[in-house]
Amino acid sequence: MIQFDAVHKRFPNGTTAVHDLSLEMPEGGVTVLVGSSGCGKTTTLRMVNRMVDPTSGTIRVGGRDVLEQDAAELRRSIGYVIQQSGLFPHRTVLDNIATVPLLLGWGRRKARARAAELLETVGLTAEAGKRYPHQLSGGQQQRVGVARALAADPPVLLMDEPFGAVDPVVRSQLQDELIRLQKELSKTIVFVTHDIDEAVRLGDRIAIFRTGGHLVQCAAPAELLARPADDFVADFLGAERGLKLLSLTTLADVPRGPAPEGGTWKLVLDEARRPQAWRTEGAEIPVRPLRDTDSLLAALNESIASPTGFVARVDADGALTGVTSRAEIHEHAGEAHSSHSTAGAAI
Amino acid sequence: MYELFKNLGTWLVSGEQWSGSDGIGHRLAEHLQYSLLATLVAAAIALPLGLLIGHTGRGAFLAINLASFGRALPTVGLVVLVFLASGLSMWPVYVALVALAVPAIVTNTYAGMTAVDPDVKDAARGQGMRWHQVLFQVELPLALPLIMTGLRLALIQVVATATIAAYVSFGGLGRYVFDGLAQRDLVQVLGGAVLVAVVAVALDLALSALQRALFRHRPA
Repeated sequence: MIQFDAVHKRFPNGTTAVHDLSLEMPEGGVTVLVGSSGCGKTTTLRMVNRMVDPTSGTIRVGGRDVLEQDAAELRRSIGYVIQQSGLFPHRTVLDNIATVPLLLGWGRRKARARAAELLETVGLTAEAGKRYPHQLSGGQQQRVGVARALAADPPVLLMDEPFGAVDPVVRSQLQDELIRLQKELSKTIVFVTHDIDEAVRLGDRIAIFRTGGHLVQCAAPAELLARPADDFVADFLGAERGLKLLSLTTLADVPRGPAPEGGTWKLVLDEARRPQAWRTEGAEIPVRPLRDTDSLLAALNESIASPTGFVARVDADGALTGVTSRAEIHEHAGEAHSSHSTAGAAI
Repeated sequence: MYELFKNLGTWLVSGEQWSGSDGIGHRLAEHLQYSLLATLVAAAIALPLGLLIGHTGRGAFLAINLASFGRALPTVGLVVLVFLASGLSMWPVYVALVALAVPAIVTNTYAGMTAVDPDVKDAARGQGMRWHQVLFQVELPLALPLIMTGLRLALIQVVATATIAAYVSFGGLGRYVFDGLAQRDLVQVLGGAVLVAVVAVALDLALSALQRALFRHRPA
């Protein structure tokens, strides 16, 4: 767990980056710090591993005051990923990943073996390990950055806009990978971004900062979207925050019925009962079947795109389990919204 | 004119011109000895200075202005000045050559250090490197191409200027230039000048090739 207690940071030029911050970042969870530029979110992150020291107040990592620890040793025990990856251009990918183990004195052979293992963990080939950073794509470089941060298996990971410089498709892939990794590793992650969608997608808790270093609200994504503390938060979440809330609710509880018979549109299945298309006389429209783990937002989208208003539902193997109507999805969307909005902070 | 070059050719290839204590071989060795020693001493002074200024960011003013200072420094004037103070010794030659080489090395070392991506330095610190680890494992290797350029430029300048050793009665290829002038032997003057130029260009090419070979993995 990371605890901020009445932390204040004023830079020598007089600007206050962080104002009287008290915040707890739970162990094994992802805390996302969001806000526009100059709101103090990056400074907050950098105070955790003493890249910046607070003017006053205490920061504890795992119960220990960071200011009482040697800065270099503290940093070796905390993973650190930055936006432009910050890889060492003169070292191979493998040696980049081995940085912290080498600093910890593991010896070259053991450090390299660990680095090779991590290449696989972050989805890179062994061949990529022999290359130099500039020979990789931006997305691959960020993967290496993550691998380097994980090398010594630190309990805490600091990520400062790690996916900010890659294109939206790669960014989405990297987010998925991070979610997958986090399921396996359960690190205490502090993640800085200015992208609220990224925050909603990755965060177990989201802390919203306002210019001048003020923490405005810190809550679970659903609670934040349902009950923003003030107009600033509501504005920051945007006009579609209701839809974002639907992105957090899955389709699992929405009932399904049999596929419609005798209408103008028929659902075409292959021999394994996997939906192929909606077919009518002389026309075929592709179908995008959904699983129980997909969100209500995806279902809403598909119900609008589908010519019949029905969403095809499938199991993990892609075989049809039934369909759900647009009306049913709307009803559940409304319910999900109001239940979040009235329920307590338990969500 | 044609006659002059023909005689120059004869002068350069004749066997007796290459042997003995006034032979080209011996003078070349002396010339290289002065140049390498002066560059080495200059590097010992300039490298730590450039690295320190680059790492701390303090004294950048000095690093930047040293270059123009170096260009403005009259080498011959400096030789005479130290000669008057020290009398007949190698001191004037080495002081002048070192003073000539230091600015090029400091300026390029500093430039190399400041060209290191701040994100890379930030990441190095953030991974838990101490200041000397950041300096020697990250900044220095990344600045090395420019540092080597500085050393190369300094060496070339020193080689070209080491002729002044002969001005205060010592050896080196400058011997031919100053003796030739005294004896009104134009072929000898030209021969000395050509040899100095050839040595300078050859060193430049060789060191450039070495640099390319060493840093072939670096992004352009």
